[in-house]
Amino acid sequence: MNFFEFAGSVLPRFLGAVGITLELTAVGIGAGLVLGLLLALTRVYANRVVSGIANVYIQFMRGTPLVIQVLVIYFGLPPYFKAIGLKPLSSLAAGCLAMALNSAAYQAEYIRGAIQAISSGQMQAARSMGMTKTQAVRHVILPQALRIVLPSWSNELIYTLLYSSTVYFIGLEELSYASMKIAAKSGRVLDSYIVAGVMYLILVVFLSRVLAYAEARLRIPGLAIEERAR
Amino acid sequence: MSAATKHDLGDVILRVEDLHKRYGKDEILRGVTFELRRGETKVVIGPSGTGKSTLLRCINQLSVPDKGRVWLEDVEITHARTNINRVRAQIGFVFQDFNLFNHLTALHNVSLGLIKVKKMPKGAALRRAREELARVGLAAKENSYPAELSGGQKQRVSIARALAMDPKLILFDEPTSALDPELIGEVLEVMIQLARGGMTMIVVSHEMGFARAVADRIIFMEGGGILEEGTPSDLFTCPRCERTGQFLRKITELYGETDGQ
Repeated sequence: MNFFEFAGSVLPRFLGAVGITLELTAVGIGAGLVLGLLLALTRVYANRVVSGIANVYIQFMRGTPLVIQVLVIYFGLPPYFKAIGLKPLSSLAAGCLAMALNSAAYQAEYIRGAIQAISSGQMQAARSMGMTKTQAVRHVILPQALRIVLPSWSNELIYTLLYSSTVYFIGLEELSYASMKIAAKSGRVLDSYIVAGVMYLILVVFLSRVLAYAEARLRIPGLAIEERAR
Repeated sequence: MSAATKHDLGDVILRVEDLHKRYGKDEILRGVTFELRRGETKVVIGPSGTGKSTLLRCINQLSVPDKGRVWLEDVEITHARTNINRVRAQIGFVFQDFNLFNHLTALHNVSLGLIKVKKMPKGAALRRAREELARVGLAAKENSYPAELSGGQKQRVSIARALAMDPKLILFDEPTSALDPELIGEVLEVMIQLARGGMTMIVVSHEMGFARAVADRIIFMEGGGILEEGTPSDLFTCPRCERTGQFLRKITELYGETDGQ
């Protein structure tokens, strides 16, 4: 069996694993964006106490490894869930939750930076025409901040995709874990990892393209026209 | 008063009483009091750092004064229970550095406040926004983004944005100071039209030609207070204060007499 025959034979199993990887990535980045946005707004606009709490959360999640967070959520917390009458999470739910809680902290920092990069005059102009602070943030600050954040957000999306392999620690058969299992079972170690690597690469290239397209579409005309020096 | 005003002024529309503001150790405003009448153009001059911009920002509460009161007609703006957003919607503000919304076209810069603050239907808001852009001579630029406009065009869009809200008065904070000299004229021209059309406005500016042409009253500020207030001819020909005369001579030397005509 040459490499391509091997790759063809294990493809169905890999595609199932890709499904799990994509699910973890989508939930992680999506729920992470919602929570990250809330955290960022809290950091910038809430009073000192609430902003401080958000900061502690962000520092904590960025200061501990994702592996530990996954393990805590899947193995560490269920006894306490039980005590308050909740069912323990499935490994997929625990994985998604950990990815989202972790990514939220990173996204919050990216978004906070982008909000703070918007000149204070934008807020003043919005308020001076009678907008509430909420309206100003929604219609003036965020549309600009989210455009600024898009390039670093693309990185976060790719990291999330690649680091979703961390959930292998709780037995979820996503792309990396699947390749380990197939490598062990078939004995074709290098080939198995090459197939997995190529699949990651295809996903990353595809997502990068989509985001580059979005960036181009959302670019504000006239702003940051790059001139290439030689 | 030695000179007649250029047109009949109405009743008092804005009253500023004993405004004080300090930033840290620096007392920027030390008790500023004046009145503005409907249809009046008041030009505020004075050396930099004397609180002119702070005064404007304390009027619409972009800066909160430490002490003193401001009334717009019979509403006390400075009262804690006053809905400040409702008041601000009636007071236009034109910034030195324009502060156009960078992500919106000229048209949407002008219509945003109509739609979000005045809750005007979108179609009507866009129609109104086009009228205001035409009024400042920028009908052809409605689809341009701020970064695609010159400084003078940006400032005219920002004036259109203020006008669209049907403000009771407009505050201009050094509207031509960030502009290249050749672009100042087009902005002053729009402002002169407004002043002559009876718009009520307070203009912080060093443009003496403009002040002389359309100001009903000029306020000379120094050290956080009003040193002198009078008609242009009062201040230009026979300043009662030695200091005002000095400043006017210096500023006229420096900036000449650009008046956009």
